[in-house]
Amino acid sequence: MNSAPSASGPAISLQSVSRDYGAITAVDTVSLEIAAGSFVALVGLSGSGKSTLLKMINRLVEPTAGEVLIADKNVEATDPHILRRRIGYVFQNIGLFPHMTIARNIAIGLELAGEKDGRQERVAELLELVELPQEMASRMPHQLSGGQQQRVGVARALATRPGLMLMDEPFGALDPVTRDSLAGQYKALHEKLRLTTIIVTHDMAEALYLADRILVMEDGQIKADATPAELLSGGVGDEAEALVAIPRAQAAHLIALSKKT
Amino acid sequence: MTEAWKQAFSRVPELLAAHVQLSFSALLLAMALCLPLAIWAARAPKVAAVILGFASLIQTIPALALLALFYPVLLGLSALLGGGISALGFLPALLALTLYALLPILRNAVTGLTGVAPAAKQAADGLGMTAAQKLRLVEAPLAAPTIMAGIRTAAVWTIGAATLSTTVGQASLGDLIFAGLQTQNWTLVLTGCFASAGLAIIVDLLLGLIERAIRERRKIIAWGATAVIGIGLAIAVLPMLGARDDVVVIGAKGFSEQFILARLIGSRLEDAGYEVRYQDGLGSAVVFQAVAADDIDIYVDYSGTIWTNQMKRTDTPSADIMLGEIEKWSTATYGVTMLGALGFENTYAFAVRPEDAASKQLKTLDDLARVSSDFAFGTDLEFLERPEWAMVKAAYPIQFKEARSFNPTFMYPALSSGEVDVISAFSSDGRIAANGFVVLEDGKDAVPSYEAMVLVASRRSSDDKFINAIKPLVGAITVENMREANYKVDREANKQSPRQAARWLDERLKDGKDQ
Repeated sequence: MNSAPSASGPAISLQSVSRDYGAITAVDTVSLEIAAGSFVALVGLSGSGKSTLLKMINRLVEPTAGEVLIADKNVEATDPHILRRRIGYVFQNIGLFPHMTIARNIAIGLELAGEKDGRQERVAELLELVELPQEMASRMPHQLSGGQQQRVGVARALATRPGLMLMDEPFGALDPVTRDSLAGQYKALHEKLRLTTIIVTHDMAEALYLADRILVMEDGQIKADATPAELLSGGVGDEAEALVAIPRAQAAHLIALSKKT
Repeated sequence: MTEAWKQAFSRVPELLAAHVQLSFSALLLAMALCLPLAIWAARAPKVAAVILGFASLIQTIPALALLALFYPVLLGLSALLGGGISALGFLPALLALTLYALLPILRNAVTGLTGVAPAAKQAADGLGMTAAQKLRLVEAPLAAPTIMAGIRTAAVWTIGAATLSTTVGQASLGDLIFAGLQTQNWTLVLTGCFASAGLAIIVDLLLGLIERAIRERRKIIAWGATAVIGIGLAIAVLPMLGARDDVVVIGAKGFSEQFILARLIGSRLEDAGYEVRYQDGLGSAVVFQAVAADDIDIYVDYSGTIWTNQMKRTDTPSADIMLGEIEKWSTATYGVTMLGALGFENTYAFAVRPEDAASKQLKTLDDLARVSSDFAFGTDLEFLERPEWAMVKAAYPIQFKEARSFNPTFMYPALSSGEVDVISAFSSDGRIAANGFVVLEDGKDAVPSYEAMVLVASRRSSDDKFINAIKPLVGAITVENMREANYKVDREANKQSPRQAARWLDERLKDGKDQ
């Protein structure tokens, strides 16, 4: 994990990782290699274990068994709070701090790291990056729309120039138009900053649009691991097929409708 | 009327300062205790259940009882640690009020901290905040309005409950209320009520302002209101910083005669060049311990009270023998000097209405025993628990229909109005004669003698100037003079303050000497 803006994100390796909650196994012996710079989507129904798997990477959840490596380094070698400061984390409920201005929210990672110089410039740069007007800096979170708030959430996660972004249903609570534009803009950012991004979503259409690799999870296990093209062409398993069937049917319906008119 | 108000208000600044010092110390101590506990409790639900349960339990104890409980606890603690802890005054009041303030602060702090939006906490974790950073940057600021609301509730409760600290000898605005209640001086009661209610309202408004300012993130208002509170505190505490000279503390129990005698002693000591302070309204047991512990310098007690309560004696020898034995005992056991008897007795006297005395031919306690099953008995707050009552019951077959306890002030009206049929009056009380009540004779001498006598703490016992200033009072006060002085304070109309009555008594004593 490098702090230079041009650096590419790290590779991730999960080795027989499990997580139990009492008798329930949320993640069941998952092994996985994610190449540096890839955009991976974890897709599955609620309770499939995708969110737990994501949180084991930045140690918000500790695995019951197995190891997680970021750039070949075991995550347990670093204190959790130090580890997390180097990883961008965006989630559905955003979690902007309501008592802080947008500028302070965005710069909070720099504040934690003790970086005093150039915070203001960095905030301006990040606002521009997530396409928010500069005057937002002095606003309070409640004065922003949901979409604007999540843009701030993304800017806050990028403030410390992490190479790895973990996103847990980041656009799930937004309206479809905002969601689509934000997803598109994030994809561009991912490529521009050469990040490694892992996104959790239950929306297969979003995954197909954003990711270059899609992992389908069910009962704590990865049931399918394919590119969007491979998924669409079929033959990667019933679980994946069931999820792909939904956007495919919607698309077919739309095409049929447009032909009628 | 205006004179009475002026007089009542003249005591307010000093008592208000003491009240503010006490209630804010208790509040600060409670906050210092509660905030770490709340942080712990917010992270561990089981801890929260235990701590909040304990705080709720304390809340079920009446504030007055809580204050009273600290007295024996501190006495025991002081004995364990070889003395040095004052069981009276500031410390017990501070501890009781602190305990009382715990619940609202704790409950709100725990609610506030656990109520912080999960998303904010998740973001804090995801951004890599340590537990301390999360508390300082996220949880504390977001919980602050709720915590502040708890502190506000606690402040109002504490200011109200602090009026009760008078009973353990800590000066507060309650002094006015209790003294006014004893002497039926409603001006005094109202002044005390207005002052403490006013203080509570102002503090509530200011803390409310801070609470709202925090909620709306308006820093200037929050700091402004905090500054006003700070200035108020500074004004209250400032006199404490001034060097405390050698002030004589004169103790008094909670009735008019005690207030008057305390002022009489006080004026004599002031004449001798001492600065004096009064600690009124102390309970019988508390006041003796206070003089034994040098918490007060001097007070008037009654031989029978010491005889039965402190010395645990059940025999009833003659007054002179009793006084002699008390003198020896108090010097040997506590180093307390019994300076001498004042010259009058204030014993428990069973008094009945004149109509009943005539129609039922009541003259002695034996006569009372005969009709007791039809009689309702009214007493002061402590008589039924006192050994004298046991002595009377042992000597006479008395079995009352019912027994009710009153504040002494209301005992006499209760007898006049027929609410009760016999009362345990005080023989030096002017209201017996004024109401024409008939005192029944104790033919078997069941009740010991109650000579009023002066007790002096050990640290003053070798101060000749002090002793010589008080010595002339020994044997100088007749029961007639005492009754009249008491009546001046206790009567319904044209009431006088204890100080005025003491001045009148003082003049009578001086006249007596001239003759």
